[in-house]
Amino acid sequence: MLPVPTSHSPALGPGCAGPSLAYASASTRSDIAPPSAQQPCCGSEPFMVDPSAAAGLGLRRHTDTPYVTGTSVLGITYKDGVMLAADTLGSYGSTKRYKSFERLAKVNDATVLGAGGELSDFQYIQTLLDELATEDYCADDGMQLTPREVYAYLSRVLYNRRNKFDPLWNSLVVGGLEGGVPFLGTVGMIGVHYTDKHIATGFGQMLARPLFRERHRPDMSEEEATELLHDALRVCYYRDKQTTNKFQIAKVTAEGVSVSEAFALETQWGYQAFVNPAANALGTW
Amino acid sequence: MAYQMATPAHSAHGAPRAHPSWSPYDNNGGTCVAVAGQDYCVVAASTRMSTGFSILKRDSSLFLQLSDQLVIVTAGFQADSRTLHKTLQTRYVQYQFAHRRPMSVGAMAQLLGNTLYYKRFFPYYTFNLCAGLDAEGKGAVYTYDAVGSHERVGFSCQGSGKDLIQPVLDNQLKAASPLVLPPEEWMTSLPLAEAVDLVKDAFVSAGERDIYTGDAVEILIITKEGTRKEVIPLKKD
Repeated sequence: MLPVPTSHSPALGPGCAGPSLAYASASTRSDIAPPSAQQPCCGSEPFMVDPSAAAGLGLRRHTDTPYVTGTSVLGITYKDGVMLAADTLGSYGSTKRYKSFERLAKVNDATVLGAGGELSDFQYIQTLLDELATEDYCADDGMQLTPREVYAYLSRVLYNRRNKFDPLWNSLVVGGLEGGVPFLGTVGMIGVHYTDKHIATGFGQMLARPLFRERHRPDMSEEEATELLHDALRVCYYRDKQTTNKFQIAKVTAEGVSVSEAFALETQWGYQAFVNPAANALGTW
Repeated sequence: MAYQMATPAHSAHGAPRAHPSWSPYDNNGGTCVAVAGQDYCVVAASTRMSTGFSILKRDSSLFLQLSDQLVIVTAGFQADSRTLHKTLQTRYVQYQFAHRRPMSVGAMAQLLGNTLYYKRFFPYYTFNLCAGLDAEGKGAVYTYDAVGSHERVGFSCQGSGKDLIQPVLDNQLKAASPLVLPPEEWMTSLPLAEAVDLVKDAFVSAGERDIYTGDAVEILIITKEGTRKEVIPLKKD
């Protein structure tokens, strides 16, 4: 059978596309030292940079800066599992370019992934995860990656890409259920990653996280958790201009993964503080 | 983080821009302290993980506990720190397969130095302490910079709160200057309980002034009986 070409280059490590032949390994060249403590197992040179990136240094600048971006992703654990929430906007600078872009995606029966940042990079990450599942020889035995494994994999992919100075410009949130225990983790574009009972990326870190710290409990019911996320999303919509009033909530429970239909939230713009926002903000001007 | 609209990759003169628009490094804060005694070693680290003025997580551990006699503790950039810990954990296991004995503190100290220096020209932005008991059962502390220079000392402090804590340790532990000749004993003669109290005081004080130190401090007390762990809450502000 012919090998299926994948987006992984064994020379460049996880998450790096590139010609597989780009690496000089001990198996193809005799003047290369075999893998050792000082040589990567793949046989490539230490600190090897993606050759395609190095070839056009200063010219190839696809995702050096993000173009179409998504804003915050929120996530909380609750009694039955994990809930993730995000809006559906893909911004092109200040233009609302894609209004129904689904930023929450099912990875497998126990894992969901939410993404902010460059949305094309997010779609590429989905390709990586799809390939990982396709290549998984354990799948026929009913095995699938656990949420923690997906999280560990993605943290290595993003960290590896920052090492190549060609980052995947995303903040990811991984949620899932592992042996009945909720799992919630996040990975940033330079590889910083952590797990917590509640998580928010981007503007959500400032706007939603304080609400979570005040109101979140791990034993919340589904109704309470949904209400908390609704309130957090509403604050994000009021105060983050990159957020639209079109949201999705993804849920991982013992029943599996579900990503909701897009919905809008009730908003109220008649608050006195909104009418004259500067009234109570007396400054030196 | 707010995502910026893409800007042209060239300056006004049309020359390629010299610097990328992002930084591969971050400082996630955290403070660690280690004190070596005649028959013990006290190692402590705060648990707050931050970026800029935001707190990411309040219970993140800085430790890599390799055995009940050997521990590495790392402040700085979290992604580098976790990568370093993964590498060292693997190398620690490989060492035992290769040599059929547990790794000594000295061996791990050298390995950590080499691992950091291996990345000399794209360094791990990490600030490490390697601590444990040496072959004679005495406390051992090795202190590092980001590119692998290291030295065995009687006590040390690394991370965001080091400017606040290190002078206090210098004063309280009354180490003889390493410049005094012939060399004098630099290891503290303080009893274990007093050393632990000193470390607790140091963290409470650092937590008062350093925004990157707070939430809690984990203290590992290493003696020949093994390792004991204490967690002391700090202010959460």
